[in-house]
Amino acid sequence: MNGSKILKLFDANIGDAVRITHLDINGVMRRRLLDLGFVPGAIVKVLRKSPLGDPIAFRVSQTTIALRKEESTKIEGELVSYE
Amino acid sequence: MNDNLRIALAGNPNTGKSTLFNLLTGLKQHTGNWAGKTVDLMAGTFTFKGISYEMIDLPGTYSLFSNSKDEEVARDYIVFEKPDITLVVLDATALERNLNLALQVMEITEKVVICINLIDESEKMGISINEKILMKRLGVPVIKISARNKIGIPMLLDTIDRLIKGNIPCNPYKMTYDEETEMKIEQLIPFVQNITGEQLSARWLSLRLIDGDKSLLKEIEQRLAKKDAI
Amino acid sequence: MTSEGLELKNQIQQLTRQAEKLSTPDIRDHIVEQLYKKSNNLMKEGVTFTNAKMDERTEKLDAILTSRIWGFPIMLIMLGAIFYLTIAGANIPSSMLANFFGWMEGYITIAFSYFQAPDWLHGVLVLGLYRGTTWVISVMLPPMAIFFPVFALLENYGYLPRVAFNMDRLFKSVGAHGKQSLTMAMGFGCNAAAVISSRIIESPRERMLSILTNNFVPCNGRWGTLIVLASLFMATGFTGGMQTLVTTLVVVGLVMFGIFVTFIVSWTLSKTALRGVPTHYTLELPPYRKPKLFDTVIRASLTKSISVLNRAVKVAAPAAILTWIIANIQIGDTSILMHIVSFLNPLGQAIGLDGFILMAFLIGLPANEIVLPVLLMGYLSTGALVDVDSIQDLKQIFLTNGWTWLTALNMMLFSLLHYPCGTTLVNIYKETKSLKWTFWSFVIPTGIAFFVTWLVTEFVHYMRLLS
Repeated sequence: MNGSKILKLFDANIGDAVRITHLDINGVMRRRLLDLGFVPGAIVKVLRKSPLGDPIAFRVSQTTIALRKEESTKIEGELVSYE
Repeated sequence: MNDNLRIALAGNPNTGKSTLFNLLTGLKQHTGNWAGKTVDLMAGTFTFKGISYEMIDLPGTYSLFSNSKDEEVARDYIVFEKPDITLVVLDATALERNLNLALQVMEITEKVVICINLIDESEKMGISINEKILMKRLGVPVIKISARNKIGIPMLLDTIDRLIKGNIPCNPYKMTYDEETEMKIEQLIPFVQNITGEQLSARWLSLRLIDGDKSLLKEIEQRLAKKDAI
Repeated sequence: MTSEGLELKNQIQQLTRQAEKLSTPDIRDHIVEQLYKKSNNLMKEGVTFTNAKMDERTEKLDAILTSRIWGFPIMLIMLGAIFYLTIAGANIPSSMLANFFGWMEGYITIAFSYFQAPDWLHGVLVLGLYRGTTWVISVMLPPMAIFFPVFALLENYGYLPRVAFNMDRLFKSVGAHGKQSLTMAMGFGCNAAAVISSRIIESPRERMLSILTNNFVPCNGRWGTLIVLASLFMATGFTGGMQTLVTTLVVVGLVMFGIFVTFIVSWTLSKTALRGVPTHYTLELPPYRKPKLFDTVIRASLTKSISVLNRAVKVAAPAAILTWIIANIQIGDTSILMHIVSFLNPLGQAIGLDGFILMAFLIGLPANEIVLPVLLMGYLSTGALVDVDSIQDLKQIFLTNGWTWLTALNMMLFSLLHYPCGTTLVNIYKETKSLKWTFWSFVIPTGIAFFVTWLVTEFVHYMRLLS
């Protein structure tokens, strides 16, 4: 496994930490995500999935935020560490 | 309206904002309806050192960029109702994101007090906050409190009191952005001043307009058309 | 338009043009990025992390409360436990209050006859105003004073966002927003307040869904009706703790049915009038924080009690007087009330209710709290029974008026599903600014209420379940 693997947040495993490189979302949702700390460069940790598999909870900017599949498949980043 | 001094309470959701609100106002709460809006906000009163305050609990928001109705309500209150003090409640355990909002509030208004809540929780988690440095960098009073365990409340009230009486300085740090954005702001300021004069921060308004915030302009237009002071 | 206004318009147009010229789509990214950079710098200077660790308690709790296996069962158990506590705990204070008010009524009546007050005055003030208001208080106050503190504890502890997290997938599949579970939770207290709280849902389409369906969560004002009817008619043959348990199960069942209807309506609307892709979903899961037990309980029960009393006086009192008056003014040889009742009766019978019940729901439009008291006053005005001493006596009144378990079930269903109360409708208009949607928010639930109760009645008759 190489050190700078690019993947979608949705595809990351629980326990992975991902540094955001790109948000493929526009409009209000992009603004909301930015407000919450999903900014390029930020490190996001995958915490857990909800009982039905979606949404997924992420740790970002010292808070826990849940995102649906629709959004987390549009956020890309590089894997920085995994468990 | 009465002649109480008004304190607007702003902050992210889940920062213990309402705990502080409940602690200070006790059961003296009512829903306040403000000028021309159908929006009800919780308000409460308290007295400290002979001065009566009305505290307005703004909706908890992550920013003031008007992405949602709540954000618009919070922003409009600070911008147009001009509270005497805006008290920004920050979550000590998630300070980075919370500071974001504080920076945005400080762009809009001059009288700001920052209180960092949940200080006991954050200390348990090994986070230590030097409020003196933050105070120096931000130019406004920064108080560490725990509303839940009633820590730092006298200090907070005292600060509010002294700020009202003009005994402590308050020069909120104003964000500066990249050169391009700054240039655009400069270009727009004269147009804004033409319309609103000195009533609103022309710099902030320009920034919002460059960011494409159309609802704000509508609001101003309506208020001016009604000859309301803004 | 004045020249001044014209000039303003020009200036604003000019400003808009200028701003549009300068605005670029990526500017927000820059702004937020720089805000974060500044925050980050401030953090570096002013904050130090020694052995910075995550909140382990929250981690561990979430692993259970949102787990694949335990997430849903725990939610159900919590819901059931709250209802059980409410029903079990409210029983005794309710009958104590009823007894107390009944005892007081005796003295008030003596006072009236001492002052030789005319009969009609005693009728309006005691049989109307006093009885109506005190019924509302004794039936509504105790459950509220238990339910809300318990609920507030869960809320302050941070459990509700987890419910939204667990349930989101279900809401998404019907085109709604996960945060709708939060507004629904609010609806248990008051639909009118919940309609306002729907502002936490950012996207207008999903917000509208949550506003239109909030009514299917039984509010504070309908609790009493549901609990009383469930315990009187559904839990017959059981005593003591078992009776409470059965009542709880019936009420939980009704709540689940309400949630089911919410899903059906949301699904239908998002396939038709409110089409669109689900949008803008972000949900924060804050750390669990132990609430201040005493503060929370006192605050929640006090504020709730005050608001119940407030409504009792503001709405129940006039409605009670109105009911007494229409029950006692004769047109021809029957009272106005009986005219209304006979008019509504065929419709009522078709859905397993009667004219009195529909009349009570009509007068209860301003507030659901008064439906049951108005109904009782209606029944009592026929002279079938004169005195009500305890809640158990209520059953006798119902039975004399031809009630069966089917009537009770249908009344509960109608109460659960029918139109929102007046305050809620006003708030729906304020929030949506649309007469059309306010109209639909009235019609959709009402239509469903009639349909479901009609269906149940037909089914029960067809299967000959009423023997």
